[in-house]
Amino acid sequence: MDAVSETAAKRRKGATAEEMATRQRDISVSEFFAKNRHLLGFDNPRKALLTAVKEAVDNSLDACEEAGILPEIAVIIEDLQPDRPATAKSSRYRLTVVDNGPGIVRKQVENIFGRLLYGSKFHRLKMSRGQQGIGISAAGMYGLITTGRPMVIHTKPKAGSAAHHIELAMNTKTNRAEVTTDDEVKDFPPARLSAITPGTRALVAEGGFLSPETFRTGTSVSIELEGRYQRGRGSVDEFLELTAIANPHARITFVPPSRDAGADDDASVLAHAEASAATKATATTETGGVVIYPRGVQELPPETREIQPHPKGIELGILLQMLKDYEATEKGSLFTFLQERFCRVSSATAAQMCKAADATSRTRAGDVEAPQAEKLFQFFQDVKLPPPPTDCLAPIGVRQLLAGLLKGVSAEFYAASSRSAEVYRGRPFQIEAAIAFGGDLPADEPARVIRFANRVPLLFQQSACSSFKAVLETGWKNYNLQQPRGSLPVGPLVIMLHMASVWVPFTSESKEAIADYDEIRKEMKLALMECGRKLGTYLNKRAKMRREGERRDVFERYIGEISKAIGAITGEDAKRLYDALHAQAKRKTAVADQQLDEDGKVVREQEESDDDGVLIVPSAMGVAEDAAVLEPVVAAPAPKARTPAASPPKAARPAPAAAKPAAAKKPAAAAPPAVRPKPAAAAKPPIPRRPSQDGPTLF
Amino acid sequence: MAKKTTHSVAERDARTQKKIVELAQAISRMTLSGREPQLSIPTRTKSNTVWNRKKGILEMGDATADRPLFDLKTAKQFMQTMLHASTIKDLIEARKTSSLRGVFYKAKHTVAGTKENTFDTQDESDPILEDLEVALAALREELHVFAENRGSMVGNITIVDKGDEIDCRRMGSGGYALPSIVEPDVIQFKKCEAKFILHVEKGTVWNRFNEDRFWEKHNCILTHGAGQPPRGCRRLLQRLNQELGLPIICVLDNDPWGHYIYSVIKQGSISLAFESTRLAIPEAKFLGIRAKDFRQCGLDDAVKIDLTDNDIKRAREIAAYPWFEGHKGWQKEIQAMLTNGFKMEVESLITKDISYVSEVYVPERLKAKDWLD
Ligand SMILES: Nc1ncnc2c1ncn2[C@@H]1O[C@H](COP(=O)(O)OP(=O)(O)OP(=O)(O)O)[C@@H](O)[C@H]1O
Ligand SMILES: [Mg+2]
Repeated sequence: MDAVSETAAKRRKGATAEEMATRQRDISVSEFFAKNRHLLGFDNPRKALLTAVKEAVDNSLDACEEAGILPEIAVIIEDLQPDRPATAKSSRYRLTVVDNGPGIVRKQVENIFGRLLYGSKFHRLKMSRGQQGIGISAAGMYGLITTGRPMVIHTKPKAGSAAHHIELAMNTKTNRAEVTTDDEVKDFPPARLSAITPGTRALVAEGGFLSPETFRTGTSVSIELEGRYQRGRGSVDEFLELTAIANPHARITFVPPSRDAGADDDASVLAHAEASAATKATATTETGGVVIYPRGVQELPPETREIQPHPKGIELGILLQMLKDYEATEKGSLFTFLQERFCRVSSATAAQMCKAADATSRTRAGDVEAPQAEKLFQFFQDVKLPPPPTDCLAPIGVRQLLAGLLKGVSAEFYAASSRSAEVYRGRPFQIEAAIAFGGDLPADEPARVIRFANRVPLLFQQSACSSFKAVLETGWKNYNLQQPRGSLPVGPLVIMLHMASVWVPFTSESKEAIADYDEIRKEMKLALMECGRKLGTYLNKRAKMRREGERRDVFERYIGEISKAIGAITGEDAKRLYDALHAQAKRKTAVADQQLDEDGKVVREQEESDDDGVLIVPSAMGVAEDAAVLEPVVAAPAPKARTPAASPPKAARPAPAAAKPAAAKKPAAAAPPAVRPKPAAAAKPPIPRRPSQDGPTLF
Repeated sequence: MAKKTTHSVAERDARTQKKIVELAQAISRMTLSGREPQLSIPTRTKSNTVWNRKKGILEMGDATADRPLFDLKTAKQFMQTMLHASTIKDLIEARKTSSLRGVFYKAKHTVAGTKENTFDTQDESDPILEDLEVALAALREELHVFAENRGSMVGNITIVDKGDEIDCRRMGSGGYALPSIVEPDVIQFKKCEAKFILHVEKGTVWNRFNEDRFWEKHNCILTHGAGQPPRGCRRLLQRLNQELGLPIICVLDNDPWGHYIYSVIKQGSISLAFESTRLAIPEAKFLGIRAKDFRQCGLDDAVKIDLTDNDIKRAREIAAYPWFEGHKGWQKEIQAMLTNGFKMEVESLITKDISYVSEVYVPERLKAKDWLD
């Protein structure tokens, strides 16, 4: 008793429940995320700039693909404070992303750009980059908070008509847009953008930038925001480079700002220098500062189907909500509800389910009581059902993976593998892996892991990501690589992992890491092991070739001296002796020639022994002279290196240069010998060659 | 007589020349007919040496080793052999001789188009020349190659060297430097009063004996071979032994190395087994110093040098040589050294007196015929 009164006596004078009630009110999502913007990837100026680019580019790619248009995307970053002091940690930028997608109908513009949690992708199970309905409006909100400036949208949903020009700002209190400008304009893409730098003007002249023919419809989004532009890891450049790898069907142009913040302060100059030293461009080209990521393949990813949720992938609360929704819209029976709103539920299964829920086939969905729903839910867990259909997934594909990696990473060996679809929590997903080895990659550093989810590069929180864990858990030593305990393998290696799913389980709203489901990690490891085995086989073979090559070197070194000495003693023609010895030396070390053979002994061997998904670039092995030349592809800019003319084949071989034109005329007819995605690839256009070696890149 | 010599030398050169050309032609034939070129070289290893008990010398067996060009282990040696063959052909043609070092330099250059040398050191070059000697069955002088002079001689003898008369009694403190080629066409013995040869291991000991005019007092010839005696020295000792009947008495260190030198002088060496008939002196005698001398001569503890593990291993190997194996005296001698646990150099006798070795030790042992053979 005393204790009670004591407590009461000791109680500080504070708010009463009534007083508190006056302060209790709605929190709008926008208010919440404005305060917690780190949850959306806007934690610091540099990352904020990247996230804004990412949200806009993701949306553009999604929209283009959904509309069946080969994506053409321009990313323009203008520095609005070019004269800021060098000590400034950030600057104001105007980011503009233009796409040739389907455009947006006028009445949706406010909702899309002015409201958080508004989108077309959240409610459906379909593979797309965006899924939450937060992305672009959050970027606009961040811009508004940091600069007070509205978003500027140009969108042209109809070819031949005028484009909408709308400027709007989000009211974070109401989570609604406030439109400040709303008119129609003739020019799309906005003419201002074409003349933004001398580089863009030059490109426009060639028809390579924002040409109205390409952008018959589309959307342009501009956001002014506080940011920091600095190249290197986690930069806009890296994001675009990786995006190009995972989306070889897209053509992306990038106009970077005039100043790299990293160049301003000494500390980061080094980091930047390191990043660029370790990397060397292969596929990108640059015109007057405009970076172009060319298109690598001509066809869009296959169209994906939207699927209904699988009973096993649903939570009880969601089930209740779904029942409510169904009652509201359809007023149908539980029996039809189950068949219509779920996948893999046949009428027989639906009847069983009704029974399990103590209902009949005529029971209305709206009449299902909570305890019944719970029984139903329990039955979902116990019943045997076929896994969800997997044709809703559009993996990148082995051939495209190779094309993408070849474009972005300068290596000598590439391998890719695409697993068949699997299911986690009732959601289908598919894992793909690819690796690039050797060539210009740094030899003594831990491998570089590049992660993708639904073709979107994941740049942050590597160690929290299931992909990264899968790489660590794979025994790379089995494939002749070094791997310190519990670490990444060490060597000239880039490892790429892609997860395609109708719903990627991210660890947070900023979509940076894939949550660690056992099913997912297991598939990732299997995909990596497939690639690893191919690499192991190749490394063995290569070691053998190296040894033979060295042997021949030794012999070739000495036979000159020997033929001279014999000639001097016997008076014979030393040249003739030399030729005879040389022929013998070659015969003795024939293995070293294998990868060089025009008719590709090794290549054929591999085709027989294992499946597809391997690509070897002999020129990267330092035997450029004999490199098999990859077939050029139409879209690629004029090749500057690795042309047959630049590297005349040895006369001793059946002149490969002469053999080429026939194949080149109809590139679809025959894959080049060293590029052998699979024999079946004969029907598809061949993998693009590397168009050029200059220009910046991340590897 | 001089004319006859020239004539025979020319004949000999032509013979050698022909052998070299035949060797090169064989290689060229293999090459052009598409067979892999390879040299066949008599093996100069222990496994291919045979102890000829009757003659008391080591002889080379019949084993040969193939030296294929297209084998990483032998490719370079193949090239080196051909380079030397060519150099030697040039030497013979030009009627010139060259030192081992000269031949090495003649053939040493950078392999065209590389940073690699045909030969890096002379140690690589000398064995290749020995290979050629055996492959061509031609002696070094027939190949017009000689080694540096090594070893000295003084004593009661007059010789003729390339026509110059040399009185070995009047050689001052340095002695007559032993050339590497001492064949009868180069060196003839003219007048010899000496009754035996005292061969010592190295120059310092030889100096002691020479300064003390040992050869004069004991009417002998005094030689040394600067450690392991080179071919010139051994050949000269052998000729003196065979042609003039002079016994050879050796004074060497009491250690495995000294024993080995004696063994080489007496029976020949493994790597030059093919020349044993010209070099080995089966009746050479080992006078000292002996394991028993530490006690017998009352030497100071300071002269002891501990046997190393390697010494012990070496001593056991030597004890197992076929010519020592059944030799009670030698078995006892080596065992005594092992029991001592130390070795002694000839110079250790100096601790008694500066001229103890020349005035007491050797004369006493000679008189007592206290030696091993
Ligand atoms: N460039 C565009 N062209 C056509 N439609 C677009 C474009 N950008 C956005 N949209 C539409 O606007 C919706 C909202 O986009 P938003 O980025 O806010 O969310 P989301 O992409 O659905 O999901 P996430 O938050 O994961 O990005 C999209 O679902 C899409 O339907
Ligand atoms: Mg989005």
